[in-house]
Formats: sequence, C-alpha cells, structure tokens
Amino acid sequence: MESIKGLFDEHDVLHKLKHYLPAQASLKDFVHHNTLHAFQHLKFHEALHQASQIFGYKTYLSLAEFRNLYQEGKIREDVLDRTIKQKKGESKFPEWKEKLLQHGYNAMAASRVGHLRAQWKANYMINLDKVVHPFLYRLLSAYLDQGISIWAFPIERKGFLTSLREIEQNEIVSIFKTSRPRNLLMEGQCTIKGLLQILVGEEALFEQYLFDQQFSHPGWSGIVSVIEQQPETLLDSKTITLHDLICLELLLEIDALDNKFGRDWQPLGTQVQSLEPLFQVEPFTELEEVLIMWQEAFEWSYYDDVLKSISLPSARESDHRKRFQALFCIDDREYSLRRYIERTDPDAETFGTPGFFGVEFFFQPEHSKFYTKACPAPVTPAHLIREEARRNSRQRDPHYTKRSHLPLQGWLITQTLGFWSALKLFLNIFKPSVTPATSYSFQHMDKHSRLSIEYKGEEVDGLKVGFTVEEMARRVGNTLRSIGLVKDFASIIYVVGHGASSVNNTHYAGYDCGACCGRPGAVNARVFSYMANLPAVRERLQKDGLDIPQEVVFIGAMHDTTRDEIEFYDEEKLTSGQKDNHHINEVVFGKALSLNAKERSRRFDTVNTKKPIRKLHEEVKKRSVSLFEPRPELNHATNSLCIVGRGVLTKNVFLDRRAFMNSYDYRVDPEGKHLLSILNAAAPVCGGINLEYYFSRVDNEKLGAGTKLPHNVMGLFGVANGVDGDLRPGLPSQMVEVHDPIRLMFVVEHYPEVVLKTIKLNPATYEWFINEWVYLAVKDPGSEKIYRFVDGQFREYQPLRASLQKVGDTNSFIENYLENIPVLITD
Amino acid sequence: MENFVHLFVILPLAGFVISLFIPGKRESIISNITFGTVGGTLLAGMIFIPVWVLRQVPELNIRDISLYTAPGYDFFIDFYFDKVSAVYLMVGAILTFLVTIYSRYYLHRESGYKRFFNTVLFFYLGFNITVLAGNFETLFIGWEILGLSSFLLIAFYRKRYLPVKNALKVFTIYRIGDVGILLAMWMSHHLWHENVTFMKLNNYELVHEVLQSHSAIGIFISVMIVIAAAAKSAQFPFSAWLPRAMEGPTPSSAIFYGSLSVHIGAFLLLRTFPFWEHQPVVHVFIVVVGLITAVLGSVIARVQSTVKSQIAYASMAQIGIIFIEIAAGWHTLALIHFAGNSFLRTYQLLTSPSVVTYLIREQFYNYMPRRKYHENAFMKRLNHAVYLLSIKEWHMDSVVFTFFFKPLKKMRTVLRFLTLKNVLYVFVPMCLVGFDLAYFNGVEGALKQYLPAILAAIALLMVIKSYNERTSSRLAWLCIVIAHFFIDLGISFNYHFDGRETFVYLSGVVVSGIIGYICLHRVKAMEHHGIGLNQFHGLVSQYPRTAFIFLMSCLGLAGFPITTTFFGEDVILTHVHEDQLILAVLVALTFIINGIALIRIYARVFLGANPRTYHEQADLTS
Repeated sequence: MESIKGLFDEHDVLHKLKHYLPAQASLKDFVHHNTLHAFQHLKFHEALHQASQIFGYKTYLSLAEFRNLYQEGKIREDVLDRTIKQKKGESKFPEWKEKLLQHGYNAMAASRVGHLRAQWKANYMINLDKVVHPFLYRLLSAYLDQGISIWAFPIERKGFLTSLREIEQNEIVSIFKTSRPRNLLMEGQCTIKGLLQILVGEEALFEQYLFDQQFSHPGWSGIVSVIEQQPETLLDSKTITLHDLICLELLLEIDALDNKFGRDWQPLGTQVQSLEPLFQVEPFTELEEVLIMWQEAFEWSYYDDVLKSISLPSARESDHRKRFQALFCIDDREYSLRRYIERTDPDAETFGTPGFFGVEFFFQPEHSKFYTKACPAPVTPAHLIREEARRNSRQRDPHYTKRSHLPLQGWLITQTLGFWSALKLFLNIFKPSVTPATSYSFQHMDKHSRLSIEYKGEEVDGLKVGFTVEEMARRVGNTLRSIGLVKDFASIIYVVGHGASSVNNTHYAGYDCGACCGRPGAVNARVFSYMANLPAVRERLQKDGLDIPQEVVFIGAMHDTTRDEIEFYDEEKLTSGQKDNHHINEVVFGKALSLNAKERSRRFDTVNTKKPIRKLHEEVKKRSVSLFEPRPELNHATNSLCIVGRGVLTKNVFLDRRAFMNSYDYRVDPEGKHLLSILNAAAPVCGGINLEYYFSRVDNEKLGAGTKLPHNVMGLFGVANGVDGDLRPGLPSQMVEVHDPIRLMFVVEHYPEVVLKTIKLNPATYEWFINEWVYLAVKDPGSEKIYRFVDGQFREYQPLRASLQKVGDTNSFIENYLENIPVLITD
Repeated sequence: MENFVHLFVILPLAGFVISLFIPGKRESIISNITFGTVGGTLLAGMIFIPVWVLRQVPELNIRDISLYTAPGYDFFIDFYFDKVSAVYLMVGAILTFLVTIYSRYYLHRESGYKRFFNTVLFFYLGFNITVLAGNFETLFIGWEILGLSSFLLIAFYRKRYLPVKNALKVFTIYRIGDVGILLAMWMSHHLWHENVTFMKLNNYELVHEVLQSHSAIGIFISVMIVIAAAAKSAQFPFSAWLPRAMEGPTPSSAIFYGSLSVHIGAFLLLRTFPFWEHQPVVHVFIVVVGLITAVLGSVIARVQSTVKSQIAYASMAQIGIIFIEIAAGWHTLALIHFAGNSFLRTYQLLTSPSVVTYLIREQFYNYMPRRKYHENAFMKRLNHAVYLLSIKEWHMDSVVFTFFFKPLKKMRTVLRFLTLKNVLYVFVPMCLVGFDLAYFNGVEGALKQYLPAILAAIALLMVIKSYNERTSSRLAWLCIVIAHFFIDLGISFNYHFDGRETFVYLSGVVVSGIIGYICLHRVKAMEHHGIGLNQFHGLVSQYPRTAFIFLMSCLGLAGFPITTTFFGEDVILTHVHEDQLILAVLVALTFIINGIALIRIYARVFLGANPRTYHEQADLTS
C-alpha cells in the first residue's frame, strides 16, 4: 500500500488498461460487441481518430478503396457533393471535391503505443518481445488451458503468480535463466512498481511502459483481463489477474536483460529523452477529414435509398384473418426467411423480436455439469430450466482421443485408426455429413426431451427451477405487446428461435443466436410457447387486457440458419384440426426455407444459384458440414439497418439481407414504454454486431482475427496464428470480406417527439445515438415524413433519390447479382 | 515397365510448370491443374503398382542421362523403385490428392491462392523425386526442392513476422541436414570411386567387402545420413522446428508437417539401410536418437495446450518409434506405421478447429474436478520440474541455436573490419592474385599443403560476415559471391582443376551474383530509407517481379539445382580428399551458412511486415 500517491498509481493504470484492452470472452461465449467500446463516450469520428492515433488502428477503408467504390457507382456523386457541402460549405466545395477525388496523400501507419519500449531495440540492441513472448504465452496458455493438454497445469485455484511460485520451488528447473528475477519472485517483493523501478527507473514513464508492453500482445492481455472480470467464461475456472500477468512479464524481461548484460545495465528511463504522452492527441489531419467525408458519403449513398423507400406510403394493413403467425428473432438472417414466408403464403404474418423471446434463464441439458445462459449476455437470470428424458445421446469420435498422442497407445492407434482416418477424410471430402465434431444446432436440446418450466418450489444454486404463473404472464405479455401482437391472433402462432450448424469452425458461437448468448434459441422458443399456452397464464393476461382466444396455440420451433432447416417442438399437443393446418404450414415453411437457401447461395462461389431449387438446397446443407468450407454461411455480413416498426412499413420494400427487424406498433405503445426496452436491447446488440463487423473489416489485422486458415486453437478459449502467436480476437476475414463497413441505421416508426423523449431516458442507450455510433431516423406515422436525428434533435430529411426501381420479381436479381442488391420496391 | 516410373516425376513437373503460367485470378484453372496432375499421378500409381506386384515386386533401376561428366566423375539421374518407394509414393499421392481437393475450397479467395498451389506442386515434385531417387545425387535434387518448398509454405503469410521468422528457422535446420547429405555424398564418392546407386548398395557382398577395409568411413557416412534424416524428421535434437512450422494454412501444415515432409527422414534410413545394416554402432545411434525423441516428444506433447503443437510433438514421437523399427529391421512394420501415422496426423490437423466444439462439449458433460495431488514432497518437486522443463520443450529450441548460431553471432564484432571497401579493395585483388598463382604460376612446398584450408577458412569467414551483416544488404551479397571464389581457389590448389570445372562452378555464381546485385541495387535506389538487414522490409508486394528474380538468384548462388553451381558444388567436394576432413568441414560449413545467409537476405528485404505503408498490419507477434 502506498500512502502518498506518486506519479504512478498502479490501481488506476490497471483499471485504464482493462478499459482499453480487447473485451472478447472465450470462444464458447463469443458475443459481438463494439470493438472500440473504450472510446464510446466520444463522438464516432473523434473516437476513431483517437484510437487510430494512440493504438495505430486503421479505422476507415483506405482512400483508394473509397475512390474505387465511387468509380463503381457505389458511392453516389450527388450524395458525395451534399456531404462535402454540408461539411465545408459551398465556397470550399470545389477545392475539397478535388481533394477527395484526386489529391495524393501520404498515408503512414503511426501509433503512439510502443514508442517507449522500441528503445530497447534501438539503444540496447535487444528484441525483448522475441525473447519473452513465446515462453510467456506458453505459460499462460498452459495455465488457462481448458482441456487440450493431457498433463494439465499441476497447481489449481491458487492464482497465477502463487502457482508459479510453487512450481519454482522445485529447485531443479527454474522459470528464469538468472537469479535476480527468481529471487524477486520467491521473496514476494515483486510489486509492479518495484519491478518497473528496475526496468524503467523513471516513474513518469511507468504508465506508458505498461501500455506499450500490454499492447504488444493485446490478445493475451485482453483474455486475461476478461477472465479476471468474468471467470465464468471458462468452464474449468482459473484465477488470474492482469496484475499477475504484468508481474510475470516484467520479471521475464528483467531475466532476459540480466541474461544478456549481467546485472550491469541502466534502466530504460535513462536512455529516453522526451516522449510525447500516450493519450495526447493531435488534431485531425486533412486525410482524416477526407476519409470522414468519404465514409459519410458511402453510408448515405445507401441510407438515402432506404429512407426514400420508407418515406413512400406504407402498404395497407390487410384485415384478412391470418392463417398463421410466426415470431422470429430480429436477426438479419431471419429477415429474408420472413419475406419468403409472407410471399409463399400471403395469409401468413411474421414478427421480429430478440430471439430469447423475453424469457431469460439458465439452461441445463440433461447429464451436463454446467448451466448455459439463454438470454442476452449482460442479463443475469434468476431461473433455471432443466432438460429431462433426452432420447438421443452424444456421439463420440475416437479421432479426438488424446490417447493417440501418447507413445504406446499412439503406436497402436496410428496403425489401426490411422487407416480409418484416410477413409474418413475421403468420405468427408466427397460426401460431407453431420459428424460428432459438427456443431449441430438441433443437438443443443433434444426435440423429445421434457423441460422443467413450471416452478414447483425447487431452487438450485440460488436459481428458481422454472417460472411461476405470474412471472410467465408478465414475460409473455411484455413480448407480445412490444411487437404489437395484441389482437387478430391466428390459430397457430409459431415461435421460431434460430441456431447454426458448422464444422471446423472455432467461431461457431458467433453463428448462433446473439440474444441467447451465442447458443441456439430452441429452448427459449419452446419455453415461451409453453408459457403462452398455459391456461393459467392466459387467464392472467386476460385480466391485464390481453385476450388470447382459447383456440390459439403457440408452437416452438428452431430455424437452422446455415442449413435452412426447421424443427418444431411439442407438436403432439396439437388437436387434430390444428395438426392438419400445421401440416399445410410446414409445406409453406419448407418452400420458404428453400427459397431462402437460394437467396443465400448467390454469395456462395461454389454453389450455382440457377440450379433446381431442391438440389441447391441439398448443396447448401452439405456445405454447412463440409470440413473444407471456411464460410458455412456469411452470418451478419452486410448488416446495416435496424427497423423498428410495423410489418407494413417494409412490406413492399426489398432490403436484401441487410436489416435487423424488430416488430413494433406505435399505436399499442403511445408512451414509448416498450420502445425504450426495444432500443435498450437493440442498440447494444445490433450496434455491437454492426461495429464489430465494421472494425474487423476496416482493420482485419489489428482489430479482426485475420484469415482463419492458419488459426491454431489455444487452450479451447482462443485462436492464434501458428503455435506461438498472440491471440486473435475479432472476426476472421472470411466472415467480413463481403461486408460494407457502414454504421447501422435505426429506423423507428413513431412520432419524433416521443422517440426523442424515449431515447433520452437511458443514458447508456442515448450514448449510442448522440455519439453517432449508430444513426437514427424516424418515420412520423401521422405526416409520413422522415426525420433524422442530428446533434440531439430530429430534422426532416429529404431523400435525394427521386424514385426507386420497381420489380415484380426479385428472382433475377438473386440469380444474377453477386454484390449487394440495391433497395427495390416490390409489388 | 521401367519407363513408367518416369511418369511419377514428369506429371508433377508438367503440372508445376504449367501452373506457373496461369494468372492468379483463375482459381478454378489453377486448382484443376493441380487436381489433374496429382490425380493423374495417383491413378498411374494405382495402375502401375498392381502390375508391378504381379510381376513379383522386382526392384527397378532406371539410369537416365548424365547431366555432367568429368574424368572420374559422372553426375547422372537415376531412379529406383522398390517396396519402400511404392509405399511412400502411394501415401504421398493419396494425401496430396485429398488435400488438394480440400484446399481448392478452403483457400478460396485467399490472396496467394496460386502461390499455394504452385508450391504444393513443387513440393510434390520434390517428394516424388526423393522417394524414387536411385542415387544420392538425384535424391539430393528432390531433397533441396523439399527444403525450399517448405520454406515457401511456412512463410506463406509472408507479410507477417512470425511465419517468416519460423520459416527461416526451419530452413536453417533443414540446411544442416543438407550438409549431412553433402558430406555423405563426398565420402561415399571416395569410398566407391563412383556415384554409387542405391541398387548397388543392395549387393551385400560388395558393400561388405568395401566396408571391411574402410569401417571408419562407413561409420562417417552413416552418421551423416542419420543426421540428415534426424533433421528432416524433427528428431532429437532438432525437434523444436516442427511445431513452429505450423504457420501456413492448415491443409499445408497437415500434409507437410503432419505427414509427408516429416517422414522423409525415415525414408532416407529405409533407403540406405543395406549400407549401414552391418554396422552395429549405427543401429545403436539410430535407436538412441529415436528413443530420446519418442520419450521427450511424448512428454512434451502431454503439456501442450495448443492443438497443432500437440499433434506435432505426438507425431514426431511416433517417428522416433519408426526410427527404432527401422534400426531393428522391421521394415514392413515401419512402412505400415508410416502410412498410419501420416493419415492420422493429416486428419487430426485438418479437423483441428473442430476440437473446440468437440472438447468443450465433452467438458460440458464430463467435467471432473482434479484428481489427487502428489503428497510426497520430492515427487511433487520432481513433477513440477519435469512439467516446467516440458513447457520449455527441454530447451530443444535453443540447443541448436546455442551450439551453432551463437558462436557465429559472436564473430560479428571480430568481423567488423570487413567493410564494403575492404572487401572490394583487399579481398578481390587477393582472390585475383590467387587465381594467377593457381593456374599460371603454381605454388610449391608446404604452403600448397595449407593453402586450401586457409582459403576455405577465408570463404567461411566471408559467409559468416554475410550472415551477421546488419546494415548493407549488398555487402552481405558480395561476401557470398566472393566466398564462392575463395572456395574454388582453395580447391584448385588442392587438385589440379581444369578451367572447365571452374567455369562450371563459377559461371552460375557470376550470373546469379550479378543479377542478384542488380536487384538489390534497384530496390535500394527506389527505397530512400535503405534496405538494411536489421529489420524486415516486406517489399515483396511493391516489387513482386524483382523479388522473384532475386529469389532465383539466391537459389542460384546457394547451389540449388537451377544453375551449374549445383554440379559445381558437388564436383568441388569430390576434389577434397578423404583424409582432408578439416577442409571438407570448412567447405561444407561454408555451403550451409551461405544458404542460410542468402535466404536471410531475401527474407529481410522482401518478406515480413512493411513498416512504411498504411496497409493493415498484424502486430509483430501475432
């Protein structure tokens, strides 16, 4: 403990470091978030500017890429002109336009972080990273390993440094090459400050030194900091702190220096004259201003069309009685399926709402030792749903047995199983199928199992097993009201969660439902339907004024977004009349799924979109389980919109697969109460997805994971290139390469004054809008005018585009377009 | 029937050459060519081998053209086909075929798609030449191709620091293995007084008779062969390169470092078995190497917490066992073991990303808190010590470095006096005077006896200088060129060399030397900041063509089989007498370091991250 605060406050600096380090959890909990969350308190462009100056991130596409987009017509000239004029005024317009289009800029990668530690190489001729990093990573990954190694780290639950101390006590082999760091560790005197005193000397430089050091391997430091804050991200829990990591690294650095120079070296601080402070930021450069204008022109080249399409009078709500209704996740991957369902059967109606359907709980599959969260990551549920009477059992694959890595068993296995693996490889290449290694969405919960949904007084680990009627009714009521489904119920209402299947995919969790914490949403769909079907719940709801007729039945289901398959749950509860209807609906789902597969296939180079639809669908399915396919699906790539409003708002608009869709009826919610909860969830979730794609796309090397082809799995919690690289958080290039890096635009259907009042209620949500990390536009349902949220207020927006292309059938676009399909008006 | 064997070399060669000329954007053409040639080779094998088996598995020897002849020296291409070749050929064809199909989708849209398939075909060519080779010379051609293609595949992501660094490391170890072969070739030439074929080695009486009078030479040759095999198969003490080779796309790691490439050492032992069969010392040596690797490899594999390094160590432990099997004479078992291990490791590596899904699920259902701990204090200490030592890979990564490269690096300060001017004004004239003496005036007496070694030592110093050079890439280049001249000079004092041999040797040197120098000069003129060798410059994307030409001239200068220097190096060695071990070692060391220094120049100037562009860039250690 220090009594006087010096220049260096360890606690503050550690806190600051954790704030800036990547915050991605382990692979199994992969959930999208804003990569630059540390800068979210700033305006978007200011944040990008600072992040780029301090950490050397590339934050926009390059000038050449923008100019290329302009050449290809993807950035419109009228929008570009308007952007320049808005920013620079009419008088300077020609000058700046020339700068954007012609001027040559010298773009150099520069970052402030790393300058101090670069002096080791410059003045001491020693490459500390090269000496220290590989061993440091090995120790870390051995300690944190979740089950790759056969011989696990010998000490458990004692903290990283304490464990190392215990290992060091063996007196036979030392962690270090020299005695000083060993003594420092063993005598327990290694405070960060004390070690920095030896290494750096000059206290004013300590903070910068630690930033330089930790940002020389942001991946490892990031995962350590995440595990420190959320230990539950590892099933086999490990105690580690950033403090311990830094101590060890400092000791290893002293060791490397002692080993090279003996004790006789001067601390780094003596060799450094003046150094610019890390967080001091220069003003915007001209190139940055140019890039900002390009970026906005790029964004508005698309949004202008979108807002034009929204500004057209909405389709009339039909008063037909619907044959069936279906609730889907707001996920952009579900939007196209919903389109096809409504097109295949005009008497079907679909809704979008976050895919946990407002029921939050932990799920425990039968025989499992752990719970998994089935709701958005920030929520901590108080309920547990258990699976019972599972019928299908897990399959094993002897190829993953670790025995093959032991010498004698390996000797046997190579000569027997070895030949079998040649055959398996052959089969897998020529006839891919689901194997035990596949991450198969339908396996998450067994279709035939029972779930413990009703609360019967049992509590485990402080969690209620199931829900009371009161709790159920509140959740069902909230969800239905928030999407505006309060009357005109169809006789069958499907509640469709989603999941994804893939193989050889370390980022599989990112393919499942984000609202279910990176798990398939089947359980939530089933639980919600069960609740909504319970007579006691209906009764409660009726008392609150939500009258669901008795003949209405909810059916849980799950859509596999990679395979375009659907599975329904608890069908046996249907009456025979409902069953007949259900069979007709199944055909509708089937057709829509195949059409959806076809639409998706236009981006797949190995599938010919013009093939007969049945064959094509088979190929898409095969693709999802092919070992050699790095892109089983394209996930959220191209996402750019989040539409919060009634279905009629976009009924006649074709938005490719670029929109998150949250159903919402302003008439049910004049005060904006439900709107607030929708935006509270949608802004961080959709905004987070969008920004993670944005940053992984513009700087795939520093903010993304690079190409996934050389990835190596480290300890089951992360990936790195090769065996001794830094961890790679972010998205691999295969996931983002077709993504256009533009910010997400929210379009809300409501009165501007209500929306303005609503978004200001929650500062965390408001930050997203006021700092322009996402755009916000509103369609006033009264005047049908469009307003755009700028600088804290709504201003009317006049689209530049006079009219949009009208098409009868989008099929020709789907078969012939490889790029994003423009906004179309359909009949 | 014999001529059919040629097909296994001609097909990949044709495929490789054609694939070089396809534009990089035409993914499907490139992959179809690869598919066609590898598939064709596989098909040919499937037809040929049954026929060959029906004819009672005859051992075939096909003598081809002599590439270079001199009195007492005949460098000829020779192929040989027996059981061992058959198994290696088929396993190679099956795996390469499967991985080719795998990669055509897997690498889709990856920049470097073409480069990948070019290199795979090149590798496959080298593999087939090696396993079909009928004499050391032919084998050496294939061997060199394997080394180079490995370097290119590991450094596939050539703009990143780690792949390039590790590729250099692997190349370095391979190069040490190469010298084993060079020295074995040198000695066996003296032993047999000809370029002996493997067929001949099968003749027990002949081998026995020769070895009886030259048992020391026999052991020397065998040890050299074992060193070459151990380096290539990641055996002790060379093991640490194997996990570090896993830097390229997963399929290439799977096929090369999981299976084909690492088993080549075992092949070399199988192939030369008749030669060392009756030397018990060699058997013991191989068993010891294999046993140490099997034990250490599996202990280290146990503590690995990354999938690929675990497979690498497990695989090398199995190869250690294969070494033991070969030494014990159980060749059929060794071949089955080789095939099984190759298939298994390829499959495990290809599916390695799946372990996350699979093992997390296993953990989710089967997690058991840890079993009991060691109570006994000594056992606990021992346990911790071995664990820590295994995490440190039993220091194998630093062994080669400490014993080989550290002394070299230490010489840096000593050699500081060698500057561009010194080299030009002192050593070039010295060299010229030397040639004058060697060819026109002649030196007699004691001096003549020592001159070759002295000159070779100067050559060695030159390449060490080049290896250590941190600033001027052109100086480093020049040193290598001059080193070749000194080697030639040294040998001409040793043996009456006629001008023709000097010409053969030095013509390649001069041509590649000049071209390479021009490349460096041009790049330097364009880049104002200089191209010093203390950092990577990553200029390959700015100057792709120059980079390629420069790589070719590096290869020319390193004695790669594309210029006459390749024969030259071989001829030079035959002129070192069998009692001049020091001279032979000096020359061999010069050749090793020369190759390493050259690839280092190439890597530093053209590969790695370019620090001056605003391209997306990975952090140094990612």
